[in-house]
Amino acid sequence: MEIMEGSRAVAEAVKACRPNVIAAYPITPQTHIVEEISRMVADGELVSEYVRVESEHSAMSVCVGASATGARTYTATTSQGMALMHEVLFNAAGLRLPIVMTAANRSLSAPINIWNDHQDMISERDSGWIQLYSEDAQEASDMIIQAYKIAEDHDILLPVMIGMDGFILTHVHEPVELCSQEKVDDFLPLYDPIQYLTTENPLSFGTIVYPNTYTEFRYMIHEAMKKAERKIVDVASEFQDKFGRYYGGLIDTYEADDADLLILAMGSVIGTAKDAVDELRSEGKKVGIVKVRCYRPFPAEAIVESTKDAKAIAVLDKNISLGYEGALYTDVKSALYGKNGPLAMGFVLGLGGRDINKKTIKNIVAKADKAIKSGIFEAETEFVDLDLEVL
Amino acid sequence: MKLSIGSVTKPGSTRINKTGSWRTFKPIIDIEACIGCGTCSMLCPEGSAYKDNVSGKYAIDYDYCKGCGICAQECPVKAIEMVMEEK
Repeated sequence: MEIMEGSRAVAEAVKACRPNVIAAYPITPQTHIVEEISRMVADGELVSEYVRVESEHSAMSVCVGASATGARTYTATTSQGMALMHEVLFNAAGLRLPIVMTAANRSLSAPINIWNDHQDMISERDSGWIQLYSEDAQEASDMIIQAYKIAEDHDILLPVMIGMDGFILTHVHEPVELCSQEKVDDFLPLYDPIQYLTTENPLSFGTIVYPNTYTEFRYMIHEAMKKAERKIVDVASEFQDKFGRYYGGLIDTYEADDADLLILAMGSVIGTAKDAVDELRSEGKKVGIVKVRCYRPFPAEAIVESTKDAKAIAVLDKNISLGYEGALYTDVKSALYGKNGPLAMGFVLGLGGRDINKKTIKNIVAKADKAIKSGIFEAETEFVDLDLEVL
Repeated sequence: MKLSIGSVTKPGSTRINKTGSWRTFKPIIDIEACIGCGTCSMLCPEGSAYKDNVSGKYAIDYDYCKGCGICAQECPVKAIEMVMEEK
């Protein structure tokens, strides 16, 4: 175990996966990841084609082209960069190319803001990419290795994006255990594409299809997404067997078994919530956590099962679907529909890097407690710590 | 035929994609008036106007002509007429 920056932990995991092509454009707070990989290639530590592109649209386009030749590809981006990739993200999924990308989760402009929330990835929810969110540097690193195994499975063949909270995880220095090259080689076989471009065997990628088959192609992607649910769980177990670390499957739980109130959230806020829950538990409060690791495919069944005995759930969203509510909250409520589940409250928080500390979590728990007792919510969705004085 | 993963196919898939069905107006070349200059062929975005090697005049491949009308607009002797297609 070694103390290192989260970005380096990710770069080391990428190196261990031996990608053939890396294409990236630097953008805060993703920069340290791709700088480190660029250095590895320049110093000969990683034999790979590192393509310096002029934009994120090109970065993803290079990954699409390279992946179509059967190359293992990697990129990383965030925020505006991911927004610029938007149309190519849909192509990568539609062409069934198992690209792996790290998203150093950051807010979207305007106003411009370089700090963490989940709006970038949430805004690409429907692109056909598998979406995983990590809690700490170790998980963000280990998920790279798992992601290739999930993406390249012949039943799946979908790209995977792994969220790691910008600055909070990309720039934190934490103890991280790196996976040895030998073990990664053993865990992750070479990419074996089912179809790929060569000069001897030319193919057409990106053909037009008509209304008589477009639905069927979308259905095939949807089916692959559904199959990925099982695969993500299996790969997490295989990873545990090989490396001894486990983060849960589609979801993970913490102090959840007898909890009256469950906090549902994604990403690094889970760490803060665990500390808050420990303190609340010592005061006798029955509070627990459901960590949503996989957002697409959406683990509806696992969420229903894990929350069925709770009296209430508080869903924390580091994003807002403007004009409605947090995206995770919407999906969780949809999953619970008709299931006689717990009361559900939504909290929008941590936007644009606003701190979420133990007190924030405890305030949310206090509000939920009140709602459980009275059976009514003050507000179904609340902007946490909203500063009314400046409005 | 089963659909391929990602709609990846052998090259030449556009040949079976008969875009002529998209047409509303059909270009009709008056062979008597055509001077064989090739303007229509050079400007056709689909490569659907071609030279008939026997007559030396030009003809349209209706399998792929989308009926955009550029040929009729640009023909220097106005030998091409766009006619509403009726089925």
